[in-house]
Amino acid sequence: MQTNQLIALFSGSVLLLGLVAFFLGRAKAARVRAEGTAMFAQPDQYAWFAVLATAGPALVVSAAGAFLMLLLGAEIPTPFLLAASLVVAAVGLMLGMMQVRPDFHARQAIERVIRWVLVGAAMISILTTFGILISIVFEAVRFFQIHSFWEFITGTVWSPGDSFLAAAGRGDESSGGGASFGSVPLFAGTFMITGIAMLVAIPIGLLSAIYMSEFAPSSVRTLAKPTLEVLAGIPTVVYGFFAAITVAPIIVDVAGFIGLDASYNNAVAPGVVMGIMIIPFISSLSDDVINSVPDSMRQGSLALGMTKSETIRDVVIPAALPGIISASLLAVSRALGETMIVVMAAGMRPNLTANPLEDMTTVTVRIVAALTGDLEFESAETLSAFALGLVLFTITLSLNLVSVIMIRRFRDKYRVNNL
Amino acid sequence: MSHSFDDISAQLKGRHRKSARLKWISMGSLGLAGLFLLLFFADMLNRGLPAFQQAYVQVELNYNEDAQRMGRAAMDPEIAPLVSRSFERLIPGMIRDNPDLLGTTEQRWVLANSEVDQYLKGHRNSLNEAEQAAIEALVDSGQVALKFNTTFFTNGDSKMAERAGILSAVVGTVLTMLVTLAIAFPIGVMTALYLEEFAPDNRLTQLIEININNLAAIPSILFGLLGLAIFINFFGVPRSSPLVGGMTLALMTLPVIIIATRTALRSVPDSIRHAAFGVGCSRWQVVRDHVLPLAMPGIMTGSIIGLAQAMGETAPLIIVGMVAFIPDVGVSFTNAATVMPAQIFTWAGEPEQAFVEKTAGGILVLLSILIFLNATAVILRKKFERRW
Repeated sequence: MQTNQLIALFSGSVLLLGLVAFFLGRAKAARVRAEGTAMFAQPDQYAWFAVLATAGPALVVSAAGAFLMLLLGAEIPTPFLLAASLVVAAVGLMLGMMQVRPDFHARQAIERVIRWVLVGAAMISILTTFGILISIVFEAVRFFQIHSFWEFITGTVWSPGDSFLAAAGRGDESSGGGASFGSVPLFAGTFMITGIAMLVAIPIGLLSAIYMSEFAPSSVRTLAKPTLEVLAGIPTVVYGFFAAITVAPIIVDVAGFIGLDASYNNAVAPGVVMGIMIIPFISSLSDDVINSVPDSMRQGSLALGMTKSETIRDVVIPAALPGIISASLLAVSRALGETMIVVMAAGMRPNLTANPLEDMTTVTVRIVAALTGDLEFESAETLSAFALGLVLFTITLSLNLVSVIMIRRFRDKYRVNNL
Repeated sequence: MSHSFDDISAQLKGRHRKSARLKWISMGSLGLAGLFLLLFFADMLNRGLPAFQQAYVQVELNYNEDAQRMGRAAMDPEIAPLVSRSFERLIPGMIRDNPDLLGTTEQRWVLANSEVDQYLKGHRNSLNEAEQAAIEALVDSGQVALKFNTTFFTNGDSKMAERAGILSAVVGTVLTMLVTLAIAFPIGVMTALYLEEFAPDNRLTQLIEININNLAAIPSILFGLLGLAIFINFFGVPRSSPLVGGMTLALMTLPVIIIATRTALRSVPDSIRHAAFGVGCSRWQVVRDHVLPLAMPGIMTGSIIGLAQAMGETAPLIIVGMVAFIPDVGVSFTNAATVMPAQIFTWAGEPEQAFVEKTAGGILVLLSILIFLNATAVILRKKFERRW
């Protein structure tokens, strides 16, 4: 029998046993109660307890078995494991039925089980973070065993070359050029595109937030905010297409008009489009922050004879600055990790240059390039993707943490609860 | 006093002018952002709408002996070059399946090839002037025409632009989203319930909270690395399958659902909980029978928004291999599949001009679905929102 069928059979049997447990438990509890004995819980609660006692241990045993097989490579035949789980279910059913007696707190027992299930669910989010960290760190460490960490951080040449041959056991066929993994050009490209995106997003986002919170009538505000959010809801692959097919040729034309030579994979197109995408991240949070600056500060400033723009510039913005910086940091972290726009619109060639009109590549582009090819997983180039991922994770994590700390400080200062 | 009132009022005028200037500049930047949005949609519509039309040719099919081996022989040699090669290849099979056809003729509208299609739509193509004139003549006699492109909605991917459709990607998206929702919804709601209703305020709870906020801000591509290293390499989930894609996206959607659910739970007033506790409910009974039903609209809204976000996500799916070429529509959780954004990405990489329009057409389909989902969420919120 196939594994799928076995699992279906197993689930069916557990379900059936659960049903049996429910009806037997309820019948027994109802019988006991009909005899006139006062019970601690309702018949349904005893019934549910019987179900939990039947299915819970069985599922735990089968899951543990499956985990042992995968983790430790233990050889447990699947039919045997499932049969054992069913035996456990039957035993659980009997024990559960024995618990149906007047002095047993079925409701509290259910409560305890549910609490543990909820704790387990909450742990999954922590496991995810650890999963990301472990998966990246392990492979990155293997990469750094092949290539030195120092060279990776400070090297200015990124050329994986034919490093895949060595992994395929054909190292002697390599042309001898040697692979070098210096990530500086990748990070330079990433920061260049992020910088362009920020040049677009921060002024437009911040000024839009100022308009929405300080000048706009409420009707405009209620319309403008969700409209701006649409910009954040558009899939990045769509932005990538837009950048590559519409914006990049425009940039090339404009550059040509001024007399500059621009590549079709220039850094400006993905940068500008990424900036447009990020506008709502900045405007939305800045708007919330500016709105939560207490009105007494504005009143004080106006009472001293400041004009509206002076009040905004000298009082409101400085007060809201931690929140605005926090929004900008989040936006930077979003831009650094953005993948599809740069994969589709930026270049593939690692290029260390200060000219945004040349093609350059980013960290995320190299990660995608290294992992989508037909390379052996063990090859240095594939592993280098994890090393790049580790650096990306570290940078975005620290940006996020700084951002959270700043917004918390702002919140404590003005006692705002809704941020 | 060196300042006269005139000086002061002139200075004042300048300050007010500056004040007005800030208003106009800030209004202008909001307008600029709106303009971007408008330009973007106009550009997508302009490029994508032609994809919903396709050139068809009316041909007389002559099912003769030669057509059993080579489909092209069934057609008038002058019109045959205009017909999609994908249709030519079907003809021998049609005769094999239905031998009665042999020796008969029929008039039929069939797919034209993508060059004819692009010419009719006025796009760049590689036809020479003689060919263009021949097509014009056929258009005038009504034998070549643009019709609604049903192929786009009923076919899977194809290397021939005129036969490429989005159906296999739509099916893949639905399967992937089912997996995502099946995992992320229960776990997300349970986590939020624990944090809001059950958890004591201790170190562990704070750790979980910080962690969730952090997960929401991690670049999506890193989730792809997790999917590759843990789900595929460690647990052996089949690569490129909706299962692994759905699991990866579920982890990404989890924080969105958790945060939305917590907000919804928090907006249920404490008096409801007190009343339920007052009549002797246990904590779980309070949550199950009173708090959760009241918070449900908010939870659904958050989940739909999270789902829409996951539906547009591409980067992690590329890493777990969901950019497969899927010509046939298959409903399976463990076979290779593709999703709409990945299909758009694949088409965007095709060099042919005809694929540009397919890409934009696919984008329009994806955007319509996302707009529909978000509108549902907004309506749901409007309809069931309750102010306490």
